[in-house]
Amino acid sequence: MPLLEVQDLRVYYQTIRGDVKALDGASFSLAEGEIMGLAGESGCGKSTLGRSLVLLKPPMKYVEGRVTLEDFSLPIWDREKMNAFRFSKISLIPQYAMNALNPTRKVKKIFTDILATKGIKGSQVLPELRRRLEMVELPLDVLNMYPIELSGGMKQRVVMVLSTFLNPSLLIADEITSALDVSTQRAVVKMLVDFRDRRVVRAMIVITHDISLLYQIADSILVMYAGKLVEKGTTEEILRAPKHPYTRFLIASLPDIGVRYGERKLEGVPGCPPLLLQPPRGCRFRERCPHAFEKCLEEPPFVAIGPSGRQVACWQALEEHA
Amino acid sequence: MLELERVTKIYRLGVLGRKALKAVDSVSFTVARGQVISLIGESGSGKTTIGRMILRLTPVTFGRILFQGADISKFHGLALKNYYRRVQGVFQDPFSSYNPIFKADRIFNIVQREFFPHLTKGEWRERVANALCSVGLEPGEVLGKYPHQLSGGQLQRLLIARAMLLEIQFLVADEILSMLDASTRIDVLNLLAELKRIRDLAVLFITHDLSLAYYISDEAIIIYRGYIVEQGAIEKVFVSPLHPYTRMLLAAVPRLDRKWGPAEVGLKAQEGKIVGGCPYHDRCLHAEKEETCKHLKPSLVFVDDRHSVACHPMGRLAKGVSHGTSEARGTSVA
Repeated sequence: MPLLEVQDLRVYYQTIRGDVKALDGASFSLAEGEIMGLAGESGCGKSTLGRSLVLLKPPMKYVEGRVTLEDFSLPIWDREKMNAFRFSKISLIPQYAMNALNPTRKVKKIFTDILATKGIKGSQVLPELRRRLEMVELPLDVLNMYPIELSGGMKQRVVMVLSTFLNPSLLIADEITSALDVSTQRAVVKMLVDFRDRRVVRAMIVITHDISLLYQIADSILVMYAGKLVEKGTTEEILRAPKHPYTRFLIASLPDIGVRYGERKLEGVPGCPPLLLQPPRGCRFRERCPHAFEKCLEEPPFVAIGPSGRQVACWQALEEHA
Repeated sequence: MLELERVTKIYRLGVLGRKALKAVDSVSFTVARGQVISLIGESGSGKTTIGRMILRLTPVTFGRILFQGADISKFHGLALKNYYRRVQGVFQDPFSSYNPIFKADRIFNIVQREFFPHLTKGEWRERVANALCSVGLEPGEVLGKYPHQLSGGQLQRLLIARAMLLEIQFLVADEILSMLDASTRIDVLNLLAELKRIRDLAVLFITHDLSLAYYISDEAIIIYRGYIVEQGAIEKVFVSPLHPYTRMLLAAVPRLDRKWGPAEVGLKAQEGKIVGGCPYHDRCLHAEKEETCKHLKPSLVFVDDRHSVACHPMGRLAKGVSHGTSEARGTSVA
């Protein structure tokens, strides 16, 4: 029984020109203890997927789909009902920690305010809070500071402690390192793994466009493109033997230390992703895909190939497999 | 072409500027034509301040910046305008470089009004089209659009095209890739490399991403708390890094071919003034850390003709020189 199961989730954005189909049918599951990386370009719907599981608010619009966490069906379409699950069962670390903290409140006050909404007194949890701050290597003094007095990396860690304080079953980390230095990034990401290893959280979705970061920490990787899931597999499978042409492009465009312009020129992904107001018929990667053929006018299903639970949505990969 | 001579920047903080913060500490380096130099450091290392001083957006406290032999702080009026004809900058956030209520190509009109008022509309249009093609944009696709209708990569390339309209020889590229996707990143990076190759453009590439720096640069400067700790030809710095800080940065880069080792990465020290001594002293995990490091600031010593490091143990080790040859350079922070 998987810890999290998402079935056919569709979330659109309402605009005056119609619905933007940002997340158009996502089905996947997450096992106990799994760290799943969610990768793709900006605008592919990865943040929409993460956010819709925690706080689905306008202009986001729930269309259809079911989300089951630990045998509970989550009422993600109902903001009020989700209050019972938010923070305690499912929690999100947002991209810009700087905007997540109220600048007029001391860090301690921010903590007690949030705990109060769950009926917990701040004084009761002080020892636990101390332990958690230690875990992310923050001095206790931060509790008496205003967010403005903290560096970006420190704010990020404060938000990490805040989001995981009630031991949520599922933690979603949305691009939490993109504004940090490489050294701080490494430390912060190690702390995420620590949260899982110490069973503070039971599973995690790490959203990022940096696949090399996922290689360091993720058990599995799910790749999205233009609102669709295109490939899922273990980290090794995705990186060493990508099946979907888009995944291949993504990996090939990463510069590694050791590659220089003069010696080997890297290529980006040619073309642009389609507009999701009226997405094209068939495979959404068709226009940019070097292998596209007639069959691609029909939408490829996201199906398992092989026994390991690996999934891909590409006609060519399916034919090769068959 | 561009030369920095012991450039120092001190910011005054607090009421009446009673506290002093040394953001850049006697930094010297030169950039030749067609050379790409990467300035690498964490946030707060002073790398952006150096870029801003070169663009004359921030005055220099001590030291001089020379462009083709002339001190840039002396430029006024026409001389300054001529300077900006040759030296331009592109910054991190392409979205905030535009005024959202005007069309994106307004940045080109401003350039024409200021620098090329004598050109006719037709001539100007052709120049813009050429500049856009040189950065890999289709004029019809981007002209007449508002900033929100374009992607980050397109906006960033428009800004580079704007700089290319002036006959620039030197570009300050301050974290221009950090807001872009991995796939668009490489396109902008290739563009810089092309401009260097074809037009002999010199670039100061300011970044904290070492793999991107390695991809295009000729030389690397590693900077920590405003102080150059290691400098040299890119392959030397990356293949045989000497300073513990450079090693730590390299070890922290997520790579696709290797998982992170158990090496400890020290989190950034928060406060603390540098009271003499090595600026990296309190974070240094080097085994040979010694008492000298606490008191004596290491100076940049050459370990071979294209590689220098500012570290007591490493400098000695690599050169095989005896104790005490390296003198303290610069003074401590007030």
